Amino acid sequence: MIKFIFKGILRDRSRSLFPILVVACGVFLTVLFYCYMGGAMTNFIDTGAKFNSGHVKIMSRAYAEKSGQMPNDLAYIGVERLMSELKQDFPGYVWTKRIRFGGLLDVPNEEGETRSQGPVAGLALDLFSKDSLEWELLGIEDSMVRGKAPQKSGEILLSDEFANRLGVSLGETVTLIGSTMYGSMAAANFTVAGTVHFGISALDRGAMVADVTDIQAALDMEDAAGEILGFFKDFVYREEEAGLTALNFNAKYEGDEDEFAPVMKSLHQQGGLVEFLGMIDLYIPILVTVFVIIMSIILWNAGLIGSLRRYGEIGVRLAMGENKGHLYRSMIIESLILGCVGTVIGTAFALVIAFWLQEVGFNMSQMLSNSTLLINDVIRAKVTPTSYVIGFIPGLLANVLGASIAGIGIYRRRTAQLMKELEV
Amino acid sequence: MKKTIAFTFILILMTGTGLTQTPPSGEEILSRVDANIGSDNKIATAEMIINGRRGTRSLKSKSWIYGEEKSYTEYLAPARDAGTKMLKLGDQLWTYFPSTDRTIKISGHMLRQSVMGSDLSYEDMMEDPELLNLYEANVIDEEIFLDRPCWILELTAKVENISYPSRKIWVDKERYVSLKEERFARSGKLLKVFEVKEVRRIQNRWVPSYMVFKDALKSGEGTEYKIETIEFNADIPEALFTKASLR
Repeated sequence: MIKFIFKGILRDRSRSLFPILVVACGVFLTVLFYCYMGGAMTNFIDTGAKFNSGHVKIMSRAYAEKSGQMPNDLAYIGVERLMSELKQDFPGYVWTKRIRFGGLLDVPNEEGETRSQGPVAGLALDLFSKDSLEWELLGIEDSMVRGKAPQKSGEILLSDEFANRLGVSLGETVTLIGSTMYGSMAAANFTVAGTVHFGISALDRGAMVADVTDIQAALDMEDAAGEILGFFKDFVYREEEAGLTALNFNAKYEGDEDEFAPVMKSLHQQGGLVEFLGMIDLYIPILVTVFVIIMSIILWNAGLIGSLRRYGEIGVRLAMGENKGHLYRSMIIESLILGCVGTVIGTAFALVIAFWLQEVGFNMSQMLSNSTLLINDVIRAKVTPTSYVIGFIPGLLANVLGASIAGIGIYRRRTAQLMKELEV
Repeated sequence: MKKTIAFTFILILMTGTGLTQTPPSGEEILSRVDANIGSDNKIATAEMIINGRRGTRSLKSKSWIYGEEKSYTEYLAPARDAGTKMLKLGDQLWTYFPSTDRTIKISGHMLRQSVMGSDLSYEDMMEDPELLNLYEANVIDEEIFLDRPCWILELTAKVENISYPSRKIWVDKERYVSLKEERFARSGKLLKVFEVKEVRRIQNRWVPSYMVFKDALKSGEGTEYKIETIEFNADIPEALFTKASLR
């Protein structure tokens, strides 16, 4: 029967072209959307993990409550001891201490008066340890625009855009004005070694990268850090394992009432990410469902038109004694074949574009210019094994659903009237 | 007849002790508060004890104050903050940091920052100490505060762009010293509380010598401010109030 249906589809293009086109278009959009959203999510999680959350992050409890405000007055004291414990207790991770800080960067003139000034979003990293993972993790050397990477204490990197705005030259001294851990105003001089462009608007607006030891000294944070980040050694995030690590670590401090006791949070538990990812997980099926419904209505309509056009054919087949159920089933199989063909065509086209977007990406720097999200400006699609099959859900479902609804009309035909209808 | 004489006597007595006296107006009280604390110049050494969320820190400073427009403060201890200097000239403020050998003008949103981590902001430091220049005052109540009879005054700002659009102050009826202040935002939210713990008689003035400032939006027990020495109408060289003297 399938061979018979195939022949029918190939020989009568008017009954296959429109449904195939509709399915192909719908599947194309679904697959492309899926790949692009997947890419954007991966970008968001990867960038966020590297620059902000780690795979797990340790803070003081008080700091964790307000972590979005970078409250260094609530930073954890006793970082060195804790880090050596972490290395021993959780050998599957690499650990690094960081301080995020805000303040003003002041550029002096020859008389030492302010020449220019701007708000700075600082990131203090372990730059000079032998086993520092920060260079590779943040791709600092790849992000360099001018000058050289910091070689010694007191040298910093500025975002290229920020350096240009302040009119700072390489080798110039700038003063960071911020707050110490105890709330006093602090000032410290640094030398601009080079400039960077991370491709993340939130950072490129006004970033300063300094060594964590320098910032500890400048902000009176002896043996203290805002955050200790942990990454799986293979740098692949595993949600369940990270959650379990956080659970084990926090159990150790359960009885401790101190508001400055350390607390560990996995990537998913930080900054509303759970809610955000949950929202995405909820929205994608809703979107696919809405799409299937709309497509079904279109294909139902197409089926109705087809049924009208094929009114005579169906009548002849019924008059020749073909069973109504058999006829209905054959139309559903036909729609399955059309759905398959449309899906394959739509998926193929979508994957071509998705692969291209995976390589080139889509630059959204204009849209993200005021964003505070740590997300790469160039958002790339991501083709996964699921991308190859996701299109079959709406492609087949919508077509079959459309044919099933339209085909119900077959059962309404009265055999007794067929001869009369066919005479006409 | 005896009753009439007795009544007249009681009436005279009441009038004499001031029981029937109408209280002075808000403006009068405020001008006497300003007069008590104001002077041509003064030199003071003080200790600031900051009771923060993480513990207690102590800072020592010496200030030279010239009228209401000029002041110069040098921090003496602890070692990390020693040598930090502040110069106020009118509505401008500069800070000198010895670690960077830089003099930075404090302006804009930086004025809202805390002074050395205390509950006081630079804006608090910059405001005109004569309240009558800034506020209209009304006596709203009377109360015994720290065993002293006080008038409670409600102050409403009469100038624009002021840190605290309204205040409530408790003024000692005899000494004309403000013993407690509550400072409010435009919305009516309490921002700062200031309480005097000790008042000393120095050079014919009643001087609050031990105070506690509390930023209502910050956790912690507030900042204690103890005046160790104070000298009114002292000789202060004019050259001290220049940016050159900061270095």
